[in-house]
Amino acid sequence: MQTRRKTIQQSMVIAGLLATAGFPQFANAAFNKVGFDAKSIQDAVKAYGGGTVSESKDVTVTAPDIAENGAVVPLGASTTLTGVKHMLVLVEKNPSALIAMFHVSDAVDTNFLTRAKMGQSSDVYAVAIMADGKALFAKKEVKVTLGGCGG
Amino acid sequence: MKHSISLLLTAALMTLGLSSMAQKTASQGIDEYRAMLQDGNPADLFEAKGEGLWKQKRGPKNASLENCDLGKGPGVYKGVFVELPKYFADTGRVQDMESRLLTCMETLQGFNAAEIAKTPFGRGEQVNMTALATWLAAESKGMKFNLSQANQAEKTFYEVGKRLFFQRGGAHDFACASCHSEDGKRIRLQDLPNLTKNAGDGIGVAAWPAYRVSNGQMWGMQQRLNDCYRQQRFPYPGFASDATVALGVYLGVNSQGSASIAPAIKR
Amino acid sequence: MADPMRIRAQAAGDKATVRVLMSHEMETGQRKDAAGKTVPAWFIQEVTATHNGKPVMSAEWGPGVSKNPFLQFAVKGAKAGDKIAITWKDNKGDTRTDEATVS
Repeated sequence: MQTRRKTIQQSMVIAGLLATAGFPQFANAAFNKVGFDAKSIQDAVKAYGGGTVSESKDVTVTAPDIAENGAVVPLGASTTLTGVKHMLVLVEKNPSALIAMFHVSDAVDTNFLTRAKMGQSSDVYAVAIMADGKALFAKKEVKVTLGGCGG
Repeated sequence: MKHSISLLLTAALMTLGLSSMAQKTASQGIDEYRAMLQDGNPADLFEAKGEGLWKQKRGPKNASLENCDLGKGPGVYKGVFVELPKYFADTGRVQDMESRLLTCMETLQGFNAAEIAKTPFGRGEQVNMTALATWLAAESKGMKFNLSQANQAEKTFYEVGKRLFFQRGGAHDFACASCHSEDGKRIRLQDLPNLTKNAGDGIGVAAWPAYRVSNGQMWGMQQRLNDCYRQQRFPYPGFASDATVALGVYLGVNSQGSASIAPAIKR
Repeated sequence: MADPMRIRAQAAGDKATVRVLMSHEMETGQRKDAAGKTVPAWFIQEVTATHNGKPVMSAEWGPGVSKNPFLQFAVKGAKAGDKIAITWKDNKGDTRTDEATVS
């Protein structure tokens, strides 16, 4: 069984190699830094091989109309389409737009739900990137309020 | 200010019978948001930790808490939360859940209760205290509050709690009552329950411990009271002090018959 | 060692819905502490899932995911008694795997 110690040691070795190669942030090689640094929806999509995004009724973004607190906002991405490679969840006005990227496989439904931090009211996006690079999205406005005090 | 105006407008539109054209009210939107968070409350993480701590041998005496008497006999943890605070003969005091956990952590496990009481929330043993409180509350989830007022000390604590609730002071001359003694009040979008009476299921004492999404922290009732005092610009009366227990008796007795939803999830 | 995840997997029809709560700070690296110092980025970057040992899901996460993250997805063909294991890895190289049985 891979112990935690071993995993960290291996990660450190890789991190060391990448660091000397000039990529200190790539400690975890699977992490798409370009995608998660992207400031715009389109740039994040491009980082995963997607083309120009176009709106589609076949993609659904799940989100509340209002979030009482921007720290925890339920966001989901789903689609009925087949031939999808990645599903992305994005918040347009966040410092980096991309929240999460899910690989799509035959073993799971193309329907993912998580919770994101939102810095302010913003449009949120679900983007499906197809095998041929076509990028289809759905979006919704989520208002973020600041609550008062107490419970 | 903006929000209350939009709420008023929406309310006005709805009373004009244009409800089908009026947008969802902010209140409805918030309710939907809260509903979306119910499934998957991070409080579960603390609950799991607390259950482990109950069974784990710890402290100088290397003992578990499995013989702790929380009011229904040694080791009984189901249903104790909704009967606290109450009078305990072995300590001769009225105690709430966190106070009683301190007693057990000291007598059974050998921890220094005074030290734990002085420890800031979120540090050291206070982290474990919060987890234990979360788990114990979960073991009473859905049950109705039923505090005893049979003992004279319990009756006295109710009256003391009531006095404290209405006592004004501090830089803003606030009391608990300043925010929590009238129906239909709110601060921005936070409803302020009227805690001088039974505010209904899942309100007030029936909603804490709770996971606060705004700071990602799990708060027990003691921390909730601590923060209320901070907002009133009062010094905190001290962890598990008589003052906080008395308030718990006042609030708990007022909530007689209400169902607990703790551990809850809140802004 | 990070705190354990809470995993619930419920079978309904020809799939099982998996709901996971992970214990993690998910620091963005943009926050300043009380002393004014920037709190370093510390967040889960990779999440993977297996069904009876077979990889079925993988995801990349950024610091925009909320603290104590929640994840929900559905595994096709999973039935009661099957095992679902979830693994996360964060940007410091820390990792955690927990398993649950489909009910």
